[in-house]
Amino acid sequence: MPLLEVNHLSVSFHTRHGVVKAVNNISFSLEPGQTLGIVGESGSGKSVCCYALLGLLPSPPARIDSGSALFSDTNLLNCSESELRLIRGNKIAMIFQDPMTSLNPFMRIGEQMIEPLMYHRKISHRDARAHAIALLEEVGIRNPTYTIDSYPHEFSGGMRQRVMIAMALIAEPQLLIADEPTTALDVTVQRQILELINELRRKHNLAVIFISHDLGVIADIADQVLVMKAGYKVEQGSVHSLFTNPSDGYTKQLLAAIPRGSKSVPDRSTDSTLLQVQNLTTRFKLYDRGQRNEFIAVDNVGFSLYRGEVLGLVGESGSGKSTLGRSLLNLIPPSSGSIVFDGDQIVGKNSNQMKPWRRRMQMIFQDPYASLNPRMTIYDTLAEPLILHGLASKQSVEMQVLKLMDDVGLARAYIRKYPHEFSGGQRQRIAIGRAIATKPEFVIADEPVSALDVTIQKQILELLLFLVERHNLSMLFISHDLAVVRFLCDRIMVMQHGRIVETAATETMWSSPHHDYTRKLLSSTASPLILNQ
Amino acid sequence: MMSREFTQYYEQGTSLWQDAWIRLRKNRLAVIGGMLLIIITLLCLLAPVVSPYGYEQQDLVLGAAKPSLHHWLGTDVFGRDLFTRILYGGRISLMVGMIATLVALIIGVTWGAIAGYAGGRIDALMMRFVDIVYALPFMIFVVLLMVVFGRNLLLLFIVIGGVEWLTMARIVRSQVQGLKQLEFIEAAVSLGLSNWNIIRRHLIPNAIGPVIVYTTLTIPSVMLLEAFISFLGLGIQPPQSSWGSLIADGVDTMEEFPWLLIFPGLMLSLSLFALNFLGDGLRDALDVRTSKD
Repeated sequence: MPLLEVNHLSVSFHTRHGVVKAVNNISFSLEPGQTLGIVGESGSGKSVCCYALLGLLPSPPARIDSGSALFSDTNLLNCSESELRLIRGNKIAMIFQDPMTSLNPFMRIGEQMIEPLMYHRKISHRDARAHAIALLEEVGIRNPTYTIDSYPHEFSGGMRQRVMIAMALIAEPQLLIADEPTTALDVTVQRQILELINELRRKHNLAVIFISHDLGVIADIADQVLVMKAGYKVEQGSVHSLFTNPSDGYTKQLLAAIPRGSKSVPDRSTDSTLLQVQNLTTRFKLYDRGQRNEFIAVDNVGFSLYRGEVLGLVGESGSGKSTLGRSLLNLIPPSSGSIVFDGDQIVGKNSNQMKPWRRRMQMIFQDPYASLNPRMTIYDTLAEPLILHGLASKQSVEMQVLKLMDDVGLARAYIRKYPHEFSGGQRQRIAIGRAIATKPEFVIADEPVSALDVTIQKQILELLLFLVERHNLSMLFISHDLAVVRFLCDRIMVMQHGRIVETAATETMWSSPHHDYTRKLLSSTASPLILNQ
Repeated sequence: MMSREFTQYYEQGTSLWQDAWIRLRKNRLAVIGGMLLIIITLLCLLAPVVSPYGYEQQDLVLGAAKPSLHHWLGTDVFGRDLFTRILYGGRISLMVGMIATLVALIIGVTWGAIAGYAGGRIDALMMRFVDIVYALPFMIFVVLLMVVFGRNLLLLFIVIGGVEWLTMARIVRSQVQGLKQLEFIEAAVSLGLSNWNIIRRHLIPNAIGPVIVYTTLTIPSVMLLEAFISFLGLGIQPPQSSWGSLIADGVDTMEEFPWLLIFPGLMLSLSLFALNFLGDGLRDALDVRTSKD
């Protein structure tokens, strides 16, 4: 008998703009010890589906229109709020993308665990503490006897997610719902968390619902997969059949959107060097409890970039890759070293002296929601660099803006619209348009696709590739995602703790990585099910 | 400049301002507040047309008369028409409210934006200056200035504006500090925009929402301040009147002629209510969190 059986679930949101059907006629069932992966892009209703089961949707505007959800003979959808409260955190536990939102920052981890332990298991404080330590040990927290008295902020993101999982286990739940639990984590950490969830599932015979936008993650962890799009079920089946033999067009499209393969690299031996970086170091001053300290974000980095080349920069969060990118553009002035751009030294120039170079070096940012001024139309955003650098006369500005929009694949009719009226992918196109407006020779792209859905991600990557070839751009492409880098880049640099640990041509690195860290990164990235397609 | 032949094909976007305007119009209290303000302002501006009496025209025979058909709100002890005096007083009160707030707005926004964007030592210096002025006991400051320079309407604007900008500067500074972290500011730097253009084109337009709200809430507090100063006898000189000075006079004769206190008080309260409702409505309309539903 299945542990959870959801039948014909439909949920709608009633807003003043009308009724939105968020979930339409979704059915699935789940056995103990099984993992169901729910995959879909943002707005597909994958989270709404699970939140509805637990009565966690704000109502109004949300309304459950029809369906049933049998959880060991109880219909969750008919339960009162107080009955649901007994089930939530007791028989069904949840973990979220950002563990910090569910941990109280003012309470030690221990206190946050001991109280519910005493309540759920009716044990003394001392036993509860011992139990909490055992749980922390089980989820892989080192030295739990000491760390149990730490505050949440003293843990790294991955460790915090482990703590969350330990807390989810307190009541010995039968079902664990994990909503994008690894999305905010680095690839190597993500791998560890996935392994942990798998191990706990086997050991406790847990049923797991794993919600993710990432097919690679789903391929690794799920037994059954449900693919959703715009509230509808697209496809449902075992993970193997879905990945090897997808039946629906949308699933195929999702699978095809995963960047794979590499681009053919032309011979660069005759090309000239555009950018030459030597001994570049960027330090930050820190004040820690009155003590002056220094943090070296970029440590003695050197590399060169040829004209027309796309150089990948890979590393985990905190490795200094974004700081390196900003130092190259003098947005964060480097502390020492040299950056020679087309024969001219950049380091040490003030903002006035930088202006002629600003035209030639541009940047594309990660978050398309933060990188555009919400009060400016597309026209204003794209015209600003043209006018600033005297690249267009008053009469020709509009024509040039329209051409730019053609270049990045935006319909001309949108020229008077504002950023908030666009999707993430379209916004990123605007941001790319702004970066190439001044016809720069060098562009830094800092994680430009990591905030986007996979199908959009693919379109943006193809746009970048197109622009690189068309305008003979040199690009430094910063990313944490090795598959994306492999798709786009000629060479790859791997960065760790502020240092470049390995530089090699893409395929060389892929087939024979030298550095230990590169090997670890590679093994965390590739899911065999996807690679063997 | 957009050339004509293209323009007709473009879809017109709705800016955040237009969105806010649509939301504001749906807020009944705010709309009523706004209408009321417009009516009051028009009445005050058109005082000579609306009322047949002059504000200093006395009728000593009549003395303090109760409201009647000839004098809708009655007359004061000198037989001056109260309705007329309230309208003329409103001119002063509203003008003090607007101009002093404008002064506060200009100084506060510029000061706060520069401090917030510059950061570091400049920020520390500028904000410590704000703290010092904050710490001065305001009333002593006003009384001193009034005693030294005499009673003067212009001085009143400067004094009130010079106090109210402090909070404005703090609000703008914290807004700018938050905005400064966003990538579009970095993008503007990497385009090579000058600091002043970044502040003018990118920071201030995005920080202005809370400022507008605070402005609508500053106007009533400025009007109250003026009323208070006039009540103390330091503000407006007779025969000119403001709502504050009318209330002050009304208090003296409260027991015999209560309407001399009630009507100016009612007028002041009504305007303050209207401004506060409008301010609340603006706050809700401009709040980004509500714009996402």
